[in-house]
Amino acid sequence: MKSASIIMIIGSAMLLGLFVFPLWSIELEAPQYPNGIGMNIHLDGLQGREKHDLQNIDGLNHYIGMRKLPKADEMWEFSTFPKVIGAMAVLGIVIGLISLFKSISPKWFLAWLVLMVILGVLGMYDFNNWMVDYGTNLDPKAIMKMTDADGNPLSYKPPLFGTRHILNFVAHSYPSTGAYMMGFGMFLTFMAYWLGIKKTKIVNT
Amino acid sequence: MNTISKYMFSIIAFVLITSCGNNNNSGNTGAMNSSKAEKVYVAPGEHDEYYAFFSGGYSGNITVAGLPSGRMLKEIPVFSQFPTSGYGYSEETKPMLNTSFGFVPWGDAHHPDISQTNGELDGRWIFINENNTPRIARVSLETFETEEIIELPNSAGNHASSFVTENTEFIVAGTRFAVPNPQRDMPISEMKGQFKGPLSFVSIADNGRMNLEFQLNMPGFNYDLAHPGRNKSHGWFFFTSYNTEEANTLMEVNASQNDKDYIAAVNWQKIADFVKNGGGTKMAGKYAHNVYDEKTHTATSTIKDGVITVDPRDVKGAVFYIPIPKSPHGCDVDPSGEYIVGSGKLSTDLSVYSFDKILAAIEKEDFVDDSYGIPVLSYENTIAGVVAQPGLGPLHTEFDGLGNAYTTFFISSEVVKWKLGTWEVVDRQPTFYSVGHLMIPGGNSRKPFGKYMVAMNKITKDRYLPTGPELEHSAQLYDISGEKMELLSDFPTHGEPHYAAGIRADIIKDKSKKYYELSENEHPYVAKSESEAKVTRNGNEVHISMTMIRSHFSPDNIEGVKVGDKVYLHMTNLEQDFDVPHGFSIIGANTSEILVMPGQTKTIVWEPKREGVWPFYCTDFCSALHQEMQGYIRVSAANSNTPLKFTLDDE
Repeated sequence: MKSASIIMIIGSAMLLGLFVFPLWSIELEAPQYPNGIGMNIHLDGLQGREKHDLQNIDGLNHYIGMRKLPKADEMWEFSTFPKVIGAMAVLGIVIGLISLFKSISPKWFLAWLVLMVILGVLGMYDFNNWMVDYGTNLDPKAIMKMTDADGNPLSYKPPLFGTRHILNFVAHSYPSTGAYMMGFGMFLTFMAYWLGIKKTKIVNT
Repeated sequence: MNTISKYMFSIIAFVLITSCGNNNNSGNTGAMNSSKAEKVYVAPGEHDEYYAFFSGGYSGNITVAGLPSGRMLKEIPVFSQFPTSGYGYSEETKPMLNTSFGFVPWGDAHHPDISQTNGELDGRWIFINENNTPRIARVSLETFETEEIIELPNSAGNHASSFVTENTEFIVAGTRFAVPNPQRDMPISEMKGQFKGPLSFVSIADNGRMNLEFQLNMPGFNYDLAHPGRNKSHGWFFFTSYNTEEANTLMEVNASQNDKDYIAAVNWQKIADFVKNGGGTKMAGKYAHNVYDEKTHTATSTIKDGVITVDPRDVKGAVFYIPIPKSPHGCDVDPSGEYIVGSGKLSTDLSVYSFDKILAAIEKEDFVDDSYGIPVLSYENTIAGVVAQPGLGPLHTEFDGLGNAYTTFFISSEVVKWKLGTWEVVDRQPTFYSVGHLMIPGGNSRKPFGKYMVAMNKITKDRYLPTGPELEHSAQLYDISGEKMELLSDFPTHGEPHYAAGIRADIIKDKSKKYYELSENEHPYVAKSESEAKVTRNGNEVHISMTMIRSHFSPDNIEGVKVGDKVYLHMTNLEQDFDVPHGFSIIGANTSEILVMPGQTKTIVWEPKREGVWPFYCTDFCSALHQEMQGYIRVSAANSNTPLKFTLDDE
């Protein structure tokens, strides 16, 4: 049970990587941008890949009537997400520590993981909602009003996951280092649960 | 044989087969030509290996080209107004062209030289001299903009310039047209012994700032070219002079009478120490010192007065003359510093002097004469060797760092490669036509990049499609990596390049600035956002701080300007991205447009003469809606009461 507890602590501690590394990254490519232009989505706000990328993305987007990218204080998510992730990391570490000194059921590990998955899905849902709004809620006075084949206004929503052509740009949207660390951490907590079950069974038999 | 060795064997066999194929390819002339083409071919999207900075001669500017392609990359305005960007027209850059004679819109740019550390090109700055109104300019190799210009007083014809010492301690300026010093009203025919040829020494601080430290008040010969000592001869400077006859009329004949003229050998370290210890006398002399500030995006011009003058006879063991045949042009020092190559342009031989022998002769006081009190060394006892009969009209020599020298011959129109030490001619190649200087990247430093050589010609004739009587000057690129020089290509250059400087591109290309930080802009009339844009009136002066971003100006409707006003249009480009300049121009402005780089502020003055509504627009195709990037200024009668009003989208 000792090794499972340590894995649980490490796994949940890996969430803290999100305070340093970006969660998601959106990269735009176009002929005029041979080196690309992009933004990293951090827990507490957006950052340009290069110093002025956010301003330059806003500059491009104003032609099609998209709003400016939100500043950290313009979305509740950027203050709430760090609290949720911080709390979950602390909770996971505390569960791991308790099990290190006191025998508790490995189901606590699983419970943490289930909660984390639910929160993660909610987070992704919220993120996608924002992107739909950002990509479709356009200025009626937009300089360029593009429509699709059916005559409906074109959505400029970047993909949640994957690659999409939007006018002269190709947008790539993929998880970044922080998300990979979180994913691996969650996998570790599952390992901790699985190992804990196995050890418990051996002790019992 | 196991699997791995089988793979290894097949890879080796493949390499052998392909390299044999290559050997076979170069066997016929068609393939020879195609291999030459390959040597200068830079594929679309790829970069040249070298930067070459060509002086523009009478264009007053520098043109930047890539080598080996010969593609022109940019023209950097230095001494001449440049309406393309507004240099010398904008309020910020007009002071750059100020001199003690007032505003001079043009210059004659001659010899660029790149800053050095330990005798090797470091790529911080490039310097260039102006011949007509003696000046030296410093150009940043981060922004490729002229940052500083210093005028040289009491001098005329600054030709022996702008050459830098090994650690960029000093840069020199010479006097090609001997003049009274100080200037005074006197009969021209009494010049002999009365005129002087001051040599100026300008120090370079770590931040690049130039300071006129002292002038060496030499006898009134015509100082033509110069080269600092390198390596073992560091601390010395060598200048060629002609007209030791001191003729003042029909110079082509009267200045060509003496069998020998002089190379002046100057121990500048000794003189700098002499001056540091209080030596020399302060002499009158007005000169302009113009400095461009990258933060305020504005130049200031200061008129200074007075310069320390040193009489060469006052510093013992510092200044000597060495005889050299027939009106020399170049005097070039090899990378080791031992050899000084003198090119007597009317001589058929090249004289190469030995620095060791010069020092030994000075030590032994082996003087054959004196000229106005300056000891003259013996030709025979300082000469290291003579390249006999290499061609006609030798002008200038550079080196490949492998023991070879390359000399241009104007009259016989060729470049001759010869060996230092044995003085034997190795190869000669024709140029098209009448070559002046040549350039090997780093070829005047301790460490040349001996791969390419460019010959800069004075005569073009039939080299390109005819373009009327006036032609651009031709240049030829040679591959000098082999024993024989190989002519690769031929390309036109802008103005009249008297010389060029080349450097490996990777030394500077990654430092090249992409835009200016708007947050660091300290221009007094900057508008860092549209909310900071404003119009203010002060008497009949109107200051408009306007912003530019794709694809509009803010404000773009202005009212309340009157006939007779002096309207300052301060334009700030809000963009913070690479290669998004905006331009600005308004109908009726008696000046050029301005091209404003991202993060920069530039100003032009407009004095409206007629009532009306006058449009302005962006002159640089900036975006899909560039055509819409325009606005209006309403001009009312001088006595009208139209209130000052400025809006964007009626806000």
